[in-house]
Amino acid sequence: MKQNWFYRKNTIKNLRILSITVLWLIVLIEFFIVLHPHFDIEGIFGFYAIFGFLSCVGLIIFAKLLGFLIKRKDGYYDV
Amino acid sequence: MMCSIFHPGLLLIISGLLIPFFKGSKRTLFILIVPFISLLSIWNMPFSNDCSFQYLGYELILINLDSLSRLFITVFMVTVFTAGFFCCKQASSTELSAAYVYAGSATSVVLAGDLISLFVFWELMALASTLLIWSSENKKSYRAGMRYISIHLLGGVILMCGIAGYAYETHSIVFTHIQLNSLSTWLILCGFLLNAGAPPLTAWLADAYPEASFSGMVFLSAFTTKTAVYVLLRGFPGTDLLVYIGLFMIFYGIIYALLENDMRRILAYSIINQVGFMVCGIGIGTQMALNGTAAHAFTHIIYKALLLMSAGSVLYMTGKRKCTDLGGLVQSMPITAVCGIIGALAISSFPLTSGFISKSMITQASSDEHLLWIWLLLQAASAGVFLHAGIKFPWFVFFQKDSGLRPTDPPVNMQISMVFFAAICIVIGVFPSTLYSMLPYSVDYEPYTVSHVTTQLQLLLFSGLAFFLMLPLMKRTLTISLDFDWFYRRLAPFLTTLVLNYLCKGQEIINKIMSTLTSKLFFGNKLNIQLSMGKSVGFIMFFFSILLFYFVVL
Repeated sequence: MKQNWFYRKNTIKNLRILSITVLWLIVLIEFFIVLHPHFDIEGIFGFYAIFGFLSCVGLIIFAKLLGFLIKRKDGYYDV
Repeated sequence: MMCSIFHPGLLLIISGLLIPFFKGSKRTLFILIVPFISLLSIWNMPFSNDCSFQYLGYELILINLDSLSRLFITVFMVTVFTAGFFCCKQASSTELSAAYVYAGSATSVVLAGDLISLFVFWELMALASTLLIWSSENKKSYRAGMRYISIHLLGGVILMCGIAGYAYETHSIVFTHIQLNSLSTWLILCGFLLNAGAPPLTAWLADAYPEASFSGMVFLSAFTTKTAVYVLLRGFPGTDLLVYIGLFMIFYGIIYALLENDMRRILAYSIINQVGFMVCGIGIGTQMALNGTAAHAFTHIIYKALLLMSAGSVLYMTGKRKCTDLGGLVQSMPITAVCGIIGALAISSFPLTSGFISKSMITQASSDEHLLWIWLLLQAASAGVFLHAGIKFPWFVFFQKDSGLRPTDPPVNMQISMVFFAAICIVIGVFPSTLYSMLPYSVDYEPYTVSHVTTQLQLLLFSGLAFFLMLPLMKRTLTISLDFDWFYRRLAPFLTTLVLNYLCKGQEIINKIMSTLTSKLFFGNKLNIQLSMGKSVGFIMFFFSILLFYFVVL
């Protein structure tokens, strides 16, 4: 059976290249536009990119650690 | 009594009760025409509160229409119409009936101008929504429904106590801005917050909603929490405490959704997360924040219903809900996948979708008030939303590993409903003035500035990067996460059993003493047998009383 477009190796490779390009562009665009920071912290170059990334990493790690404490097998309440 | 105008909420309730009398295409026509008439009527009614009558010395106001209530009723009617069409052929009449009574009660709560009629419809909403949870007709949903109704009846009791106290103190039952200055007003706030999914009783939502049928959850997502947002908006704007409660709900929703394996529970936690944004906005309390909250409630109802229709379609076609069983469905369900992705982009506030123009008003309000830490937390939460709902839901359901499942897209009525809501998400996103013109205060806000679009894209795209880089840590496991419901699902039964065991032991000792005494002192065996029987009956009655108490309370 022919493999679906989304699952072809070539597509995945192209999507990866496209994503990385877009990520670079969206940060570098800051050189060409004027942002209007309200708080001082917003003035840091690429603040939103760094903050978004770090927040998510923090949330994932926190959830993972909490998971060790509160995760139970699927049928926990069925017993 | 003076009530010459038509009441859209009561129309929906009565229509709900009539649905079982219609069959086939007549039923479809009936369930579509009712919300349509209600919507038309609400837009042709003048802003007023003149539908009132006296009851027990109090003036009950059944219709209090202004721009805020009209906004909520508009989105309610659009949702009932679309969700009704989504399941017009598949759902049972009982389910549709419960859904319409539920929607009608929610509409009546929004229209209520006094606390007593608000309370009556509030409770009716709890009953009808329980019937909707039972719509999937299995043991699990029955139990979840019982837990749900117990929590909501508890909330109802708290609210009733508050309203009674408030009416006694102020000699007024008019529902307007309430100052938090007495126990009764605190009780009213607690009653409202319980329905919003606020801590500590947050677990009821993710426990109960996903147990409803594939279509039942679409209705459930729209009304209970959003009527709670509405009453908080009207009753407690600018209450500082709500900012912190909202922030807790936001992060609670993200963390639990990240841990969750069941796609519909992910979306249920995400409801709490989104309602958290609204509660936070109500707490900030400026005109910008309240406008943002109202707008966000409007857009949220639509994109959440869209996400749940997409998840519901997957459940309907595959019978599976767990991410560990799903994956790769984009290959055979492209329309469901695309609509699900549009819903996911809207919830993540991507530019050109409805979430972008509503949520940003709340963050803007925090910025306008110079609340740096709250603003930072809201921005972090926006990134987190993209993580848990924006990527996680579509990724694990429609992409990731190929599960080998090849279901087709659902029946045409379900597809049309999804496409319609996906289109609304985009239309509101592209033309924000369509929504802004309906908001309670005039809007002086432009969401589409180069700066805003760029920063929002940076935030979201780099959240996406974090998701894919950390994917090994996000691997789905066949697990659940303990929540507050553990206290009443595990701890309380355990303690009850423990106490009952001791009671049984005590009863045995008393039995022995009694039988020894009666045989020695009184008339021997005949009386002894009768006494023993009496004691047994007494014990069984006692035992059943405890069971009944446990059943009712827990």
